[in-house]
Amino acid sequence: MLPIAALVSASRQGGAHGFWQAITEPEAIAALKLTIGASIVVALLNAVLGTITAWVLVRDDFWGKSAVNAIIDLPFALPTIVAGLTLLALYGTRSPVGIDVAYTRAAVVLALLFVTLPFVVRTVQPVLEELDTEMEAAAASLGASEFTIFRKIVLPNILPGILSGVALALAKAVGEFGSLVIITGNLPFKTEVSSVYIFGRLESGDSAGAAAIAVVLLVISFALLLSIGAIRHYATRYDRA
Amino acid sequence: MRRYSLRGVALVYLASILVGPLLIVFWRTFQHGVGPAWDALSAPDTIHAFKLTLIITAIAVPLNTAFGILCALTVVRRDFPGKGVLNAFVDLPLALSPVVVGLALFLLYGRAGWFGPWMTRHGIQFLFALPAMVAATIFVSLPFVAREVVPTLREIGDEQEQAARTLGAGSWQTFWRITLPSIRAAVMYGVILTTARCLGEYGAVAVVSGRIQGVTETATLRVQERYESFDLAGAYAISMVLALVAVLVLLTTNLLKPKEVA
Repeated sequence: MLPIAALVSASRQGGAHGFWQAITEPEAIAALKLTIGASIVVALLNAVLGTITAWVLVRDDFWGKSAVNAIIDLPFALPTIVAGLTLLALYGTRSPVGIDVAYTRAAVVLALLFVTLPFVVRTVQPVLEELDTEMEAAAASLGASEFTIFRKIVLPNILPGILSGVALALAKAVGEFGSLVIITGNLPFKTEVSSVYIFGRLESGDSAGAAAIAVVLLVISFALLLSIGAIRHYATRYDRA
Repeated sequence: MRRYSLRGVALVYLASILVGPLLIVFWRTFQHGVGPAWDALSAPDTIHAFKLTLIITAIAVPLNTAFGILCALTVVRRDFPGKGVLNAFVDLPLALSPVVVGLALFLLYGRAGWFGPWMTRHGIQFLFALPAMVAATIFVSLPFVAREVVPTLREIGDEQEQAARTLGAGSWQTFWRITLPSIRAAVMYGVILTTARCLGEYGAVAVVSGRIQGVTETATLRVQERYESFDLAGAYAISMVLALVAVLVLLTTNLLKPKEVA
């Protein structure tokens, strides 16, 4: 807690004016815009692909499923810097599959997709496992199409799971650093995200400027944590009565 | 038909994002045989980096385990004002950028920070040295044990503990004989996750360590340094070791998981 207090106090060294100036610096704004934009794109992709993956892991059955289930957690266990390096090896300048996204904004999205992959899968999976298939069977017997069943029965049940997974993924994506340093090249105004910008400010001796942006990230993290709590509260509203 | 297309989407997605990159690095590391990889790993600075990572992990993991269990017990078994806030704070490191964590420590202990001047006067080297790196690592890996233990504690309830109390056991005895054995699997799981995080921490350590080669350079920082010095083979070799550890962690957690269910 103390470090956080020191951070907030350092960000106010230059007064409200200094704080405002630090966070409205063009490079800082560009970095913040990219961070939030890329994080939202990644969160949305996660919502779709993560849900599909969770569905496949619960309802589908195929050879090697338990192995697939195990590697989902890989991004949690793999050091982020290694993640960045491995992604660059496959999708960088010497890409063996001919896809080169090194030092572009696509690389930012790719790295964030990697590090946030488990969140939605792991929040949706347990809910799907507990979901009774009887309701779906009943709906099907009443003539509902597969899409209608998903929209009216499955989705409402797993929505809280998807949302809290998305919020976790967003929080992780907004603060991500290690996997981005290598693959994005950290080009200001192009591929530089906020955490890299903070690091750069600090290295050039501007700790007040770094602290100001850090406080912005801190507020975002806190807001996301609180919203996860709120989602959980809402999702269990019938259990608590 | 739909089932197969969904399965295809999921598997292609996982293969292209998770498995593919790892295999490529594995192949690149050993494409010229084991020799170059071994040379890269046995460079003195690399060995030092691995040692440093292990030392930091060896300090941070036991501390976080003790703290995590204590925290979980407090959150589940006691009721006090501000419990929700404590809960949110325990989770904060999960949502917070590692760079922000590093920066916060930097500002607290740096030359112009709150504790910095006091430490300089007493000749304590905190920043750009082991203490700061340990502190940063502890901070980022703080929540894992607590998060695993809390649900288990909730589930087992406190009937057995109360029974032990009525039979005259002290709180210490109750903890060792009743509580700890029943949460052991959760603690183990949390410890493994904490260890993985400690070994792999990059952002927070990068900020507070000063990245001095052969002195405050951990294995992950070494990967970055090798990459920037255009020594791809070296970077790949160290990455490979770290990735193998990660895979090992995955295997162990998967072996532990079914036991928890049973």
